[in-house]
Amino acid sequence: MKRFLHASLVLTLASAFVFFLAGAMLELGPTAIDLRVPVAAHLPESGVTHPVTAVLLNYRGYDTLLEIAVLLLALLAILAVVGEAPTSPSRRGHSVLQAMARLAVPSMVVVAIYLLWAGAFRPGGAFQAGAVLAAAAVLLHLVGLLPSWSRPRLGLRIGLAAGFALFLAVAAGLLTQGSLLQYPPAAAGVLILLIESGLTVSLALILAGLFLFLSREAEA
Amino acid sequence: MTIAFDLLLALSLLWSAWRTLATPRLDRAIVLFTIFGLLMSLACARLAAPDIGLAEAAIGAGLTGALLLDAYGALSRRRNAP
Repeated sequence: MKRFLHASLVLTLASAFVFFLAGAMLELGPTAIDLRVPVAAHLPESGVTHPVTAVLLNYRGYDTLLEIAVLLLALLAILAVVGEAPTSPSRRGHSVLQAMARLAVPSMVVVAIYLLWAGAFRPGGAFQAGAVLAAAAVLLHLVGLLPSWSRPRLGLRIGLAAGFALFLAVAAGLLTQGSLLQYPPAAAGVLILLIESGLTVSLALILAGLFLFLSREAEA
Repeated sequence: MTIAFDLLLALSLLWSAWRTLATPRLDRAIVLFTIFGLLMSLACARLAAPDIGLAEAAIGAGLTGALLLDAYGALSRRRNAP
């Protein structure tokens, strides 16, 4: 009897919650500011024709700058916690898996470059391209073709920081022209492509690093 | 036809989310989480947000799933070793 009472109480509360939640959703008025109109109006000045890329790298470039900084900081924190360890030899993968990875990885690299290039005028961009490249590195590691990383050498350090440094350099260079990250419309397309290329390399290394710096401990 | 697909997608999203949380076995939960990520990216594509769908498929389903599987492998290896 007591159990039945408990169950009915919980059910009543849950259904009341669902009811009010649905009511609140249906009562949502029209948004106070419709940002689609100004985004579309300024698209010709942004240097790209895809609105999402225009928002991410032109109108709200500051947010993207801080995002890559946060990702870099996360990787640095992982490196600080994990410390240094010798590279362990990667475990042997099955030869069929290795052959499949050898076939898949080149096409993944091509897809990543395409996504980077397509970001200017259709869905795509640096984050997706970087994630595909990182996935290729993780795939190579899982089948035993790529050993885990022991510690960042100079080239890897430069690669990890390149995206953020390039973004910051562009932002600082534009500071002389007025405000932070306000691209001149004529050069906006080239600058965005430059920043996105740097971001792709750094993001791929950072996301792969989250995997490859951590997994060496497990193998030891 | 489209509404049937959308309903099926919504139902399978809810089902896979519930199974991910409710299944007692970790390895199954990880596979179900990856399935949930792929269905989520499909839902994003249906909602006319292909950018988010791409990012979800690459990061949410691909990288996170691989990271979780690797962590699971490391955990079970450590448990079996001593």
